[in-house]
Amino acid sequence: MAFISVFDVLGPNMIGPSSSHTAGAEIIAFLAQKMITPPLVRVSFTLYGSFAKTYHGHGTDRALLGGIMGFSADDTRIRDSFDIAAKRGLAYSFTPNETETDIHPNTVDIRMENAEGQVMTVRGESLGGGKVRIVRINGVKVDFSGEYNALIVVQQDKPGVVAHITNILSEHGVNIAFMRLFREAKGHTAYTIVESDERLPEGVSKLLRQNPNITDVMVVQP
Amino acid sequence: MELEFKSVKELLDLCAKSGLSISGVMRERECQLGETTPEAVNQRMARAWEIMQDSARQPLQSPIKSMGGLIGGEAKKLELHRAGGSGICGDLLQKAITYAMAVLEVNASMGLIVAAPTAGSAGVVPGLMLAMKEHYSLSDDKIIEALFNAGAVGYLAMRNATVAGAVGGCQAEIGVASAMAASAAVELMGGTPEQSLDAASTVLMNMLGLVCDPVGGLVEYPCQNRNAAGVANALIAAELSLSGIRQLIPFDQMLDTMYAVGKRIPMELRETALGGCAATPSACAACGRCS
Repeated sequence: MAFISVFDVLGPNMIGPSSSHTAGAEIIAFLAQKMITPPLVRVSFTLYGSFAKTYHGHGTDRALLGGIMGFSADDTRIRDSFDIAAKRGLAYSFTPNETETDIHPNTVDIRMENAEGQVMTVRGESLGGGKVRIVRINGVKVDFSGEYNALIVVQQDKPGVVAHITNILSEHGVNIAFMRLFREAKGHTAYTIVESDERLPEGVSKLLRQNPNITDVMVVQP
Repeated sequence: MELEFKSVKELLDLCAKSGLSISGVMRERECQLGETTPEAVNQRMARAWEIMQDSARQPLQSPIKSMGGLIGGEAKKLELHRAGGSGICGDLLQKAITYAMAVLEVNASMGLIVAAPTAGSAGVVPGLMLAMKEHYSLSDDKIIEALFNAGAVGYLAMRNATVAGAVGGCQAEIGVASAMAASAAVELMGGTPEQSLDAASTVLMNMLGLVCDPVGGLVEYPCQNRNAAGVANALIAAELSLSGIRQLIPFDQMLDTMYAVGKRIPMELRETALGGCAATPSACAACGRCS
């Protein structure tokens, strides 16, 4: 059983009203924006299950938008995130989807577009108590919590890529807590997600990109 | 000495062996298993206490309407009532219920709070702790220490039962929050570890079966009222325990039975807003969603 800290009981420090519908939503969006180069110009959120039914009264919409702008879960600016987004020139929309039911009850799809025109989609689930899971990136099923330092490598599903990743991490003294590989199909785009106890050193993503089969590297640190 | 504990019995054994209070064991455990220092842990708890106090006081000056529009201004009414000298609960309890309701007002208007153990039950622990600090002129350090005691009780509930209203009903949220507050209050007043946990046990007994039925599915109403009720339950339980009354049923067994009862509460009464207060005609008229 994972260690339950006294601050899991007296915490998180958060903007209310709900750890699942507000803080959790905020954390999902915060993790999502770490995966794309800023600045963002457009973001759209599709809300499912309980998120779709009660998002307004729980401030789920403000929390998601605040997270996308990089606010942390205890940032009091979240309440004013609509105004702040408008000032920053960030276009946003929220679409409740109450027809899709075969899905975790607190799920959101986030579609982000940055100034360079790059588009990225992320699906997250809010599990309660401010705990979350990222379950899809650009349509590919993944699974990570964002509680650890995470390295997301987008690669061609070819031999040697994983060895390249582990070599570089080991050279930099990074201890891998979890490592998983997700792929669209054999030989297509794959995602390696590495979660580590230590913060990932600055130069790592540049070194990883030297492998011709690696197309993108994202570092998501809490 | 390995400071992990999985049950009340193990916690009490650790207290006896180490000579530490419940809060002492919980703080040492955090340092040992969280691989951190007492300074870092104290600093983090001090920050939580600071947020708790701000959220308990701020609505007394400037009331705020909630996001869902169901609550706002209750704490200020209570404060004026108390200050006018016409309260009937006595100073300590009047303050405690005022602060507890204030925190829920802040929470429901997207202000900063500390989940304790959840956002919907976030008023109980700070409500009672701030009232005791003022009433008995206790130092912040003393309260911060007591928060570790509350944390130990909440940890056992998270580990061995649940603190989610969707799983166990309101008894798992406000019930556990009140058990945490009662146990901390007993330690603050010089009670033994056994007395703390007896008080926690009493609370769960007195709140057993309480359903989670938020109007409109929002963390507003009756949640705010129940934070006030939770504080009163905590004080009663602490008083019984400090007077020397022992409980037949230990806290471990009350947690087990609270969990078992929670799982038998029908889905409509576990945070789905389909039953209880949420399904009354007045509630439906107020939130305009149900028909």
